[in-house]
Amino acid sequence: MSFYEKVKDFNGFNFNNFFNSITEEKIEHILVKDRVNEEDFLSLLSPKAEKYLEEMAQIAHDISINNFGRAILLYTPMYLSNYCVNKCLYCGYNVENGIRRKKLALGEVEVEAKAIYEMGYRHILILTGESRKHSPISYIKDCVKILKKYFSSIAIEIYPLEEDEYRELICSGVDSLTLYQEVYDEDTYKSVHVAGAKSNYKYRLDAPERAAKAKIHSLSIGALLGLEDWRKEAFFTGLHGKYIEKNYPDIELTLSTPRIRPHAGSFEYVREVTDKNIVQAMLAYKIFIHRAGINITTRERAEFRDNLLPLGVTKMSASVSTEVGGHSNNEKGDKQFEIDDSRNLEDIKFAIKAKGYHHIFKDWEPI
Amino acid sequence: MNKLVIGGTELDSRLFIGTGKYSSNNILPKVIKSSKTQVVTVALRRVDLSNEEENILNYIDKDCILLPNTSGARTAEEAVRIARLAKAAGCGNWIKIEVISDNKYLLPDNKETIKATEILAKEGFIVLPYMNPDLMDAKRMVEAGAAAVMPLGAPIGSNRGIRTKEMIKILIDEIDVPIIVDAGIGKPSDATLAMEMGADAVLVNTALATAGDPILMGEAFAQAVEAGRKAFISKVGPERAKGEASSPLTGFLR
Repeated sequence: MSFYEKVKDFNGFNFNNFFNSITEEKIEHILVKDRVNEEDFLSLLSPKAEKYLEEMAQIAHDISINNFGRAILLYTPMYLSNYCVNKCLYCGYNVENGIRRKKLALGEVEVEAKAIYEMGYRHILILTGESRKHSPISYIKDCVKILKKYFSSIAIEIYPLEEDEYRELICSGVDSLTLYQEVYDEDTYKSVHVAGAKSNYKYRLDAPERAAKAKIHSLSIGALLGLEDWRKEAFFTGLHGKYIEKNYPDIELTLSTPRIRPHAGSFEYVREVTDKNIVQAMLAYKIFIHRAGINITTRERAEFRDNLLPLGVTKMSASVSTEVGGHSNNEKGDKQFEIDDSRNLEDIKFAIKAKGYHHIFKDWEPI
Repeated sequence: MNKLVIGGTELDSRLFIGTGKYSSNNILPKVIKSSKTQVVTVALRRVDLSNEEENILNYIDKDCILLPNTSGARTAEEAVRIARLAKAAGCGNWIKIEVISDNKYLLPDNKETIKATEILAKEGFIVLPYMNPDLMDAKRMVEAGAAAVMPLGAPIGSNRGIRTKEMIKILIDEIDVPIIVDAGIGKPSDATLAMEMGADAVLVNTALATAGDPILMGEAFAQAVEAGRKAFISKVGPERAKGEASSPLTGFLR
């Protein structure tokens, strides 16, 4: 069994007909339920449910407070390399983009690590462009070895791996995996991932499950909203999360709602995803999977991020530089995309406090 | 009121509290004070010893007994490692064992918990296992050396109250070590109910941490626990299906 089978079950399913069949009574009925099923979840993503965002927000808020309290984990990403072999039409790292490429030497990793550690961070997310050649597992492992000295939790956001490779990295100290499917719609996936290893839809789709089998502690998944109809994409993201929760109940799950951002390159075909849409997706996730955390990155505007806090956010990135070497101001490589919330850490801590929440730097450590 | 004794330590307060989910570290000392708690549990995995300001241990009154917990452990082995690390980090020798491999409902794994209890009790820890209220498992935990058992009233964070009431009553009747009801207590009246039933103590986290005013709520819980305890000692009258007339009709036969 793979989540792929589940996705295929919806081949030919007419989402528009379904959405058109939703009534206000149906939404109201769902909102008084303790646990919602797949069909309810899709209903909460429908245009009809937009009228009920406030009610959904109240429910999501309560679920989140009970499950996660008022703590917001702050982490920061470290870009190790921006070499990439793929041609993803929406990404600044596209192999055909004439950007300045860079890969951190191990000495530079240590300098970056120190700079980040001194700011207070204990959870780090390391990222690479997707190139096995430039950032092989051995290189990632060497980096992890250095980072272990500074950070209690290390997450990776790199090209999808084999189960054994995940196991190898987990043994060396990695405890979390972030891997966005980008697009769950297989046809659209193929049309935007033109060439390179990433063009293999199913291999990417099954990667979180391979990591789960290798006993990763936490998984973060999501669709890059804006590449397809967001309602469908959010639906499949939720189903993917549910699939993992059901089959790997010991996994700590986080769902993300990344929205496509401007970047170097030329991709013009982006479907609009409004703030309201992002909120609806987030709330539906929370009501569908109570125990899933929600991560909001600096792709979003500062004010919008602050307003999202009480809706169920559990994790936020801060002090973000999407440039390789961006934390210690070395000679940097070009960035993957533009960020929007560029406030410094102190300002973000203050904003969290102002919303009645509490930042934390550490909530996990492999022991 | 008679005192609660756990692992040879006498406690005046029968309210244990948790440290997660608060809106700031600074509020914690005030809640400790208002709730008059003497036992504070903390997830070792969240403790950041490398940062003074962030280190939760710095916000816990030195007179309190620290009850590090093994939150995040999925197996007995992991729980044992966390417990040893807690001791090495200077958190004392009390340990609350939490082994949870189900992240959806956060229900404890009794079997692994029993294993960890046995290993740690032998190593001299005062072991308080968090458990699903099952009589046989509670007995096994006591046999393995548990200093108390901590049955859940309802899933963690659910605020649903004492849903496992009948099972907990059985533990109270049959188990010789203190019974501390942990998880599910959503409001002071739930705590009172647990204490009236004869529980020896309760552990409260979510209901305090997420209250609008956690300090005042701490006071409310302190009073609720005390009221429940007094009611238990003074013997709560039995429940009846019908009312019982205070002037019986057959009184003249005496």
